[in-house]
Amino acid sequence: MTVGKDVSALFPDVVNCMQTDNLELKKLVYLYLMNYAKSQPDMAIMAVNTFVKDCEDPNPLIRALAVRTMGCIRVDKITEYLCEPLRKCLKDEDPYVRKTAAVCVAKLHDINAQLVEDQGFLDTLKDLISDSNPMVVANAVAALSEIAESHPSSNLLDLNPQSINKLLTALNECTEWGQIFILDCLANYMPKDDREAQSICERVTPRLSHANSAVVLSAVKVLMKFMEMLSKDLDYYGTLLKKLAPPLVTLLSAEPELQYVALRNINLIVQKRPEILKHEMKVFFVKYNDPIYVKLEKLDIMIRLASQANIAQVLAELKEYATEVDVDFVRKAVRAIGRCAIKVEQSAERCVSTLLDLIQTKVNYVVQEAIVVIKDIFRKYPNKYESVIATLCENLDSLDEPEARAAMIWIVGEYAERIDNADELLESFLEGFHDESTQVQLQLLTAIVKLFLKKPTETQELVQQVLSLATQDSDNPDLRDRGYIYWRLLSTDPVAAKEVVLAEKPLISEETDLIEPTLLDELICYIGTLASVYHKPPSAFVEGSRGVVHKSLPPRTGSSESAESPEAAPSAGQAAEQPAVIPAQGDLLGDLLNLDLGPPVSGPPLAASSVQMGAVDLLGGGLDSLLRSDVGGSPAMGGSGFTAPGPAAPAGMGAPLGSGLGDLFDLTGGVGTLSGSYVAPKTVWLPAMKAKGLEISGTFSRQVDSISMDLVLTNKALQVMSDFAIQFNRNSFGLAPAAPLQVHAPLAPNQSVEISLPLNTVGSVMKMDPLNNLQVAVKNNIDVFYFSTLYPLHILFVEDGKMERQMFLATWKDIPNENEAQFQIKDCSLNADAVSSKLQGSNIFTIAKRNVEGQDMLYQSLKLTNGIWVLAELRIQPSNPSFTLSLKCRAPEVSQYVYQAYDAILKN
Amino acid sequence: MIGGLFIYNHKGEVLISRVYRDDIGRNAVDAFRVNVIHARQQVRSPVTNIARTSFFHVKRSNIWLAAVTKQNVNAAMVFEFLYKMCDVMTAYFGKISEENIKNNFVLIYELLDEILDFGYPQNSETGALKTFITQQGIKSQTKEEQSQITSQVTGQIGWRREGIKYRRNELFLDVLESVNLLMSPQGQVLSAHVSGRVVMKSYLSGMPECKFGMNDKIVIEKQGKGTADETGKSGKQSIAIDDCTFHQCVRLSKFDSERSISFIPPDGEFELMRYRTTKDIILPFRVIPLVREVGRTKLEVKVVIKSNFKPSLLAQKIEVRIPTPLNTSGVQVICMKGKAKYKASENAIVWKIKRMAGMKESQISAEIELLPTNDKKKWARPPISMNFEVPFAPSGLKVRYLKVFEPKLNYSDHDVIKWSSSTFREHLPGPSTQIDRPCGSSGSRLSCLCSVTTHAATEVQNQGTSTIKLLFCWCLTTCIIS
Repeated sequence: MTVGKDVSALFPDVVNCMQTDNLELKKLVYLYLMNYAKSQPDMAIMAVNTFVKDCEDPNPLIRALAVRTMGCIRVDKITEYLCEPLRKCLKDEDPYVRKTAAVCVAKLHDINAQLVEDQGFLDTLKDLISDSNPMVVANAVAALSEIAESHPSSNLLDLNPQSINKLLTALNECTEWGQIFILDCLANYMPKDDREAQSICERVTPRLSHANSAVVLSAVKVLMKFMEMLSKDLDYYGTLLKKLAPPLVTLLSAEPELQYVALRNINLIVQKRPEILKHEMKVFFVKYNDPIYVKLEKLDIMIRLASQANIAQVLAELKEYATEVDVDFVRKAVRAIGRCAIKVEQSAERCVSTLLDLIQTKVNYVVQEAIVVIKDIFRKYPNKYESVIATLCENLDSLDEPEARAAMIWIVGEYAERIDNADELLESFLEGFHDESTQVQLQLLTAIVKLFLKKPTETQELVQQVLSLATQDSDNPDLRDRGYIYWRLLSTDPVAAKEVVLAEKPLISEETDLIEPTLLDELICYIGTLASVYHKPPSAFVEGSRGVVHKSLPPRTGSSESAESPEAAPSAGQAAEQPAVIPAQGDLLGDLLNLDLGPPVSGPPLAASSVQMGAVDLLGGGLDSLLRSDVGGSPAMGGSGFTAPGPAAPAGMGAPLGSGLGDLFDLTGGVGTLSGSYVAPKTVWLPAMKAKGLEISGTFSRQVDSISMDLVLTNKALQVMSDFAIQFNRNSFGLAPAAPLQVHAPLAPNQSVEISLPLNTVGSVMKMDPLNNLQVAVKNNIDVFYFSTLYPLHILFVEDGKMERQMFLATWKDIPNENEAQFQIKDCSLNADAVSSKLQGSNIFTIAKRNVEGQDMLYQSLKLTNGIWVLAELRIQPSNPSFTLSLKCRAPEVSQYVYQAYDAILKN
Repeated sequence: MIGGLFIYNHKGEVLISRVYRDDIGRNAVDAFRVNVIHARQQVRSPVTNIARTSFFHVKRSNIWLAAVTKQNVNAAMVFEFLYKMCDVMTAYFGKISEENIKNNFVLIYELLDEILDFGYPQNSETGALKTFITQQGIKSQTKEEQSQITSQVTGQIGWRREGIKYRRNELFLDVLESVNLLMSPQGQVLSAHVSGRVVMKSYLSGMPECKFGMNDKIVIEKQGKGTADETGKSGKQSIAIDDCTFHQCVRLSKFDSERSISFIPPDGEFELMRYRTTKDIILPFRVIPLVREVGRTKLEVKVVIKSNFKPSLLAQKIEVRIPTPLNTSGVQVICMKGKAKYKASENAIVWKIKRMAGMKESQISAEIELLPTNDKKKWARPPISMNFEVPFAPSGLKVRYLKVFEPKLNYSDHDVIKWSSSTFREHLPGPSTQIDRPCGSSGSRLSCLCSVTTHAATEVQNQGTSTIKLLFCWCLTTCIIS
């Protein structure tokens, strides 16, 4: 507005104009204040008087304006003066002032949360939910939701059937925006049974006809969420499913940007409940004038909806798209044809012939893309379509992209016995071996070895050539390793080599790009929001505490579900066994507490917490064993088995225990991580400047029994990056990647990708200095980069680090005193219980607690992955924010790092 | 919630910047400019995440509107808000252009302050806003006026103010339909749907209660056989509506339970409802294109249109637009009916016919000379499009009644309703349209978009109860064949 000039020098003059009668001018002055008060906090005080006066003005517009503006001035001194006027405005007779004041509470909370709580504004805000004016209600709901989000634990918006009823009434009367606030808030409510869920659904359904797409999407969110609770046998369930389809389709006639948001959400809905839109395939056909982002999303949904019934139409469409102009779109269309072939078996033949037609067009990128997908088709239907290989071979020369070349080479190697000139073909690739990308090199190596095993006589020379190229002339460790392995295999036992290299491959699965079920369930709770557009949980892109609360779908109630979720049964069995064990352990602990180390301070609470500890422990173990025995399921899927607390589970155990366990089950089901181990925020490990544009930031985390390195790779260069790989140097605890670095797609410029790399501790060990130093090498198609990072020691604390009490005493005495190290943890305001529960999340277990002369003493143990035990004594004085930590360990060099871990965990 | 709102011109210079939340720093403005406006490639998504900050943008002519946030906001709401913002600005100062924005920047800041509070959208109905955000400087209102304003802004009927008076009470109703048609190369209709809009212009006094009825199948069936004699008259009596959405003034719960559309209309023009039908769509025209490539520098195009409705009806203002390749150097056109012209600036041959009766056909043939190019970029082959007016609606939608009831001023009454519904049937054959289109050289794929406008104007005069006149005129059927 000021053309970029800083006009803060005029502050006093502008403030003088404040007391004008001209509303227009007043607004401008206020706008000026909002922009510049922060740079002149002392002068801003001058304005306070006028604000306070304006808050009493007879004109409600001016009162509201004053209270609105005051909230926007983020100067601490001003906020104190704001309280009184705000209190008055919250009770103003005019609804316009009240609705403005409601939002102002949220503003004030953002500046000074404590002040808002002390002044009791939250209660006033809660009262406004029952206001007679719908707009006031809507704004109060919005403000409360926001405040509640930053205090996940507080029960601010305690929604109960009465307040829900009020909200539903206001829903019919307020503005479109108000309806969105209310619906978003309703989505957080957990109805107590299916009947309540149904009655809310009935009252929300009319919103599906609203002209505002956001209202529709928010209503869809509420319905999708509460539908979980309805029994599938219910007539209403079917009616609701039918009612959902038309509004979703109608969203596609909105403006393109909204279509995009709608399509991203429909993508989720289709994965969650395919039955809703299964007959609506046609509406997702691409229109000529759709923007490219809409086209690409529509294509995605078309594949998801493809079935035997509509495959003919879909294929005809996709073939049409493959002749369009936009390269990305064409590529995706070609890929989609391949995915259809894999998904709908009956159509595979037609898909292949369509792909062959496309290859005949000789359009370079179409051909390459087609070859990549045909490779997948071969893997799904082996020995069925090999007749097309000849056609593919004709196009060998035109392939210039690594992925297509690698795919082609794979095909040649896999079917070497049927291709007469396979050796010539592969030899032609071999000429430029060093110029190829790693992907192609590796594939070429494997293909030639396959060829050799199939036709040993004529290809001996070729195989030697490639082995020497890979092992002697290459500096790529992966390639070299693979080369050596093959070489050794071939030279020692060709029969074994055959078994290894030509082993039967598992068929690839139908859908490779589905969103993981727990994430999908979480995203369903975020329909309409950014999370659903990005297909990432909010924690992935929101900073700070906001949005970190994981939302989960309500468990289904009613009788039918035990039959439909077989996984519920084993989990129920698991739970039923536990009650017998837990009390025993609880008793044992209780007894132990009485043994020595002074009298127990507070018997019951402590006992209760230790019971819970025991439960965590057991459950952790139980969960692990369950997961391991689970044949094909990924860990997360195994975890989701626990979401439905089978009706049998709580029965038969003591009431308090039952509820405790119930909580625990929720925990596992919702998040998939059992222990809330502390995870440090990501830091940049490898700046882009040092690595030709590749930036790596990351952190370490520990979940039940597994350590992972969470990385974010960002491509800040101008070229696409691909072929990522990672290796660790030997380190103190033998950390090593448990799986290769999986970056599925090449990383385009300005893109980032988040990867969680599982680690294990079976690597080779070498003592590093500092002890927790980790040297990492990351490779991509451009170069190899090295960096080192320090990992927090607590990722190495194992789950069974709880020492028995006598053991602890004995060990403590046993370790010589010179091995004891003392540290100060400064500025930590937690109390003893909070400390021990926080530490327990990171596998530091409190064995006993004692109160000596007003000081709390916590005795704790932990165990590292390599079996080193560390014993700790933590002294907490209520008045002193510094804790004293004494650590005893047989390997005293770890103490310092254990202290660092303590420090980090407690301060976060 | 929305953390800030920026408006840029086409060069990426910031025209308006209003930050609502502290977490949005000054660098956010530049981040968007660098990564989106100045980005080398085409924009691939309307939502961009740069350094954990999300940007939502829409473009109006060459002006960019961007909303910024760092939280997990309701994305649909943000876009709806941006559109609304555009509507409000258009209502205040016309076209959204750099000049208009610069001239009205005080007004825009004032609006932004009012319709977005701490990132939460507030009442954004132009009707209400105009009562207290004016450019004339507010005259000191009386106390009653003030409280009237605030109660309206926050009230249940935020879209209409009290005390509106007109000498003539008028209500105009337009039904606009667009047909989307997808045809196989063999001429078979793959899919067709009509998306229609009912647009109203209301100039009514007081707080009128309106009730709108159409030949919705569900309603007709509910009413039972009482009207059985009517069904014989015009064949298709009712239509199955797949889905409809309504302006916020319509009482949705009432529609849900009784399927009746009742509302208190805002003053002036607004879109009452949108609907979508897929069954029994009448397609008024058929377009058959033939494209032949003669060598590398010549293209022969022949397009035949056939009208496909009763011979007694007339289609008017037919305009067919045949796109030509970018490297066209000259065109020779021969047409049997109407006038055809090659418009180089639009890269299209435009063929206009004033009138055409039903069940007729007409054709155009053209020779297109091409400049030889070695440009590898393919011609996108845009679809042939067609606009016309016909006196019936492709979906078969008919307005059954429109009742107006104003309890205080009492300018409406039962007679009106009866009268109106009967007039309608005779006078308003309803407009409708259909189109097909061929594309590019192979002529392999047809998809059509056609829009139809039915225009019915109801004029209700406030001269006692008996002299109420109703006028219906129908208009504008536009159809674009895509």
